[in-house]
Amino acid sequence: MDTHKGILLCGEIEKGRLAPITVELLGIGRVLADKTGQELSILLMGSDVGGLSEEALAYGADKVYVAENPLLEHYHSDACTMVAADLCRKALPSILLLGNTDIGRDLAPRLAGRLQAGLATDAVELDIDPDTGLLVVTRPVFGGNALASVMVRNVRPQIATVRPKTVKPAEKDTSRQGQVIRMVAEVASSTLKVQVVERVEEKVEGVRLEDAEVVVSGGRGIGSSQNYEMIWELARLLEGAVGATRPACEEGWIPMLHQVGQTGKIVSPKLYIAVALSGAMQHIAGCSGSKCIVAINQDPEANIFKVAHYGVVGDFKEILPAFMGKLKELLAK
Amino acid sequence: MHIIVCVKQIPDPEIPSAKFKIDPATKKVVPPAGVPPVISVFDERAVEAACQLKDKNGAKITVISMGQGKVADVVKHALSMGADDGITLQDSAFDNLDSYGTAHVLSKAIQKIGEYDLVLCGRQAADWDSGQVGSILAEMLGIPVVTIARNIQAADGGLRVERVLKDGYEVVQAPMPCLVTVSNEVGLPRLPTGMGIITATRKKIPAWTAQDIEIDPAQVAPEGAHTEIVKLSVPIRDVQCEIVTGKDAGEAAVELAVRLRAANII
Ligand SMILES: Cc1cc2nc3c(=O)[nH]c(=O)nc-3n(C[C@H](O)[C@H](O)[C@H](O)COP(=O)(O)OP(=O)(O)OC[C@H]3O[C@@H](n4cnc5c(N)ncnc54)[C@H](O)[C@@H]3O)c2cc1C
Ligand SMILES: Nc1ncnc2c1ncn2[C@@H]1O[C@H](COP(=O)(O)O)[C@@H](O)[C@H]1O
Repeated sequence: MDTHKGILLCGEIEKGRLAPITVELLGIGRVLADKTGQELSILLMGSDVGGLSEEALAYGADKVYVAENPLLEHYHSDACTMVAADLCRKALPSILLLGNTDIGRDLAPRLAGRLQAGLATDAVELDIDPDTGLLVVTRPVFGGNALASVMVRNVRPQIATVRPKTVKPAEKDTSRQGQVIRMVAEVASSTLKVQVVERVEEKVEGVRLEDAEVVVSGGRGIGSSQNYEMIWELARLLEGAVGATRPACEEGWIPMLHQVGQTGKIVSPKLYIAVALSGAMQHIAGCSGSKCIVAINQDPEANIFKVAHYGVVGDFKEILPAFMGKLKELLAK
Repeated sequence: MHIIVCVKQIPDPEIPSAKFKIDPATKKVVPPAGVPPVISVFDERAVEAACQLKDKNGAKITVISMGQGKVADVVKHALSMGADDGITLQDSAFDNLDSYGTAHVLSKAIQKIGEYDLVLCGRQAADWDSGQVGSILAEMLGIPVVTIARNIQAADGGLRVERVLKDGYEVVQAPMPCLVTVSNEVGLPRLPTGMGIITATRKKIPAWTAQDIEIDPAQVAPEGAHTEIVKLSVPIRDVQCEIVTGKDAGEAAVELAVRLRAANII
């Protein structure tokens, strides 16, 4: 175990750039590396990603492993597990961090299985235990009703996936130097057991949730897709995005991609307006990073009032029209 | 087709937060009094996905659950939805296992079952929200894994699975046997039928112990666990909600807009 050293990150690439979660991993990775006096490395997998090495170094990596192969152009579970496991066996990192994204959620437990390592998913806080020098991962459990701190004891690497938008992103410093290592990423399509047939991008209407400054979400209390129009209208008025709770999605009032929460999108807008939703912790997990939460609910006991900054108790059908009327007047000024 | 579905019994995750209690000393959750435990949400969807495959193509569904006490209840629930057989894994050696240990026990049980074409798990258990066991189990069994599925169809001698992605989905073709983890997008779980409930009540559900599946308790001893929970706490929420009122809802709404404007929020 003592032969394992350093911190390795699994990078993600989005539209030819390092994904926001990767810049966040570089931020926390640097902090942990400095605390333990270890090296920070990052693995970039793709078809043509070498150009991003400089960026990764500027954001704080000491070493960049580049694994290029046409088969890695998009995330492929079998291929990426092979490449990342191979690197872990050679580089022997003590800590391995990934994003708790669609990629990291798939890759991390496979690596934990293949490397017989230890994993804690969906971290919102990472620290080093002063006594043992081991990683302490704090993660919401029971839908966010509790927080558990987890340590990996007997095995290596200590793997964690980090929830997006919970740690401070790294700052860029283009004067930083480091090492770039090209790996031989030998993945033959014949060794891939699962074949990707098709990737379908589903366009969400309006503003993207992740980028929005304002998000308006409706819950089960909205009652119909017709009533949901009011949520859309309010979002348009504030140039914001439309979110939803899981029941609202499952009722078919709005596509699944709009779901906010632990198993949906994580948003952190300036303003989050929660309409006719009870504020279950699994939902709040997706919006608790919002600067200001406004709740509209007819039940004064609803949990949402325990996390909101402003609230109105009443029927949204009466509240929203009056609210929008006044908003229009104020925004015109 | 033989489908094995792994289901877990958990405290009801939808109880109001106010009823949620922990014991920080033992780092355990205190189950709410009077609220019966339930089948984990995504595991119920996994049973639903298995039933959908059975409806379309014919299949035998075996449900397994590792747990304590009344764990047979979740197996019965799955049987009443349409599963054919159920097995519980009960042994004091199985208490408080981490994800790796859980996957180990499930893999041994699945090896004892023998022949199978598909193993289904939930995308994550709705208590500790880990999302690990399915993939680790697949690695242990040496079979391909497809995670976070929203649709599973039999096709070309294997399975055609749609995986949920951040901005859409991906269609993959997997050979069998394989393991798939199921997300809620596969559809709402069917309600047990009267006939289903009767069949489920009559069904014998064997309880396998460590010995039955050839697990040496030392293999899953706490000292060997890969992960350890070192602290459990309930987060403190210190937000003071400003309730905006008026003589009626409309007036309160207008006042809300005015306050948000004054606070420079809009
Ligand atoms: C493992 C797990 C993961 C989950 N992940 C997510 C997730 O990612 N996202 C998510 O959203 N949920 C998730 N859930 C579900 C979550 O636990 C709740 O069930 C869900 O968020 C409740 O949705 P809701 O607030 O819309 O519905 P409800 O809880 O039914 O609340 C409806 C609210 O509307 C109010 N209301 C009704 N009519 C009106 C009216 N006319 N005017 C004003 N108010 C009205 C009611 O007072 C009530 O408070 C998850 C659950 C589990 C177990
Ligand atoms: N005790 C258990 N018995 C049967 N299946 C389990 C058990 N624990 C976990 N699983 C399966 O593994 C999935 C993921 O669990 P987890 O990794 O704990 O979030 C669950 O949705 C179940 O399908």
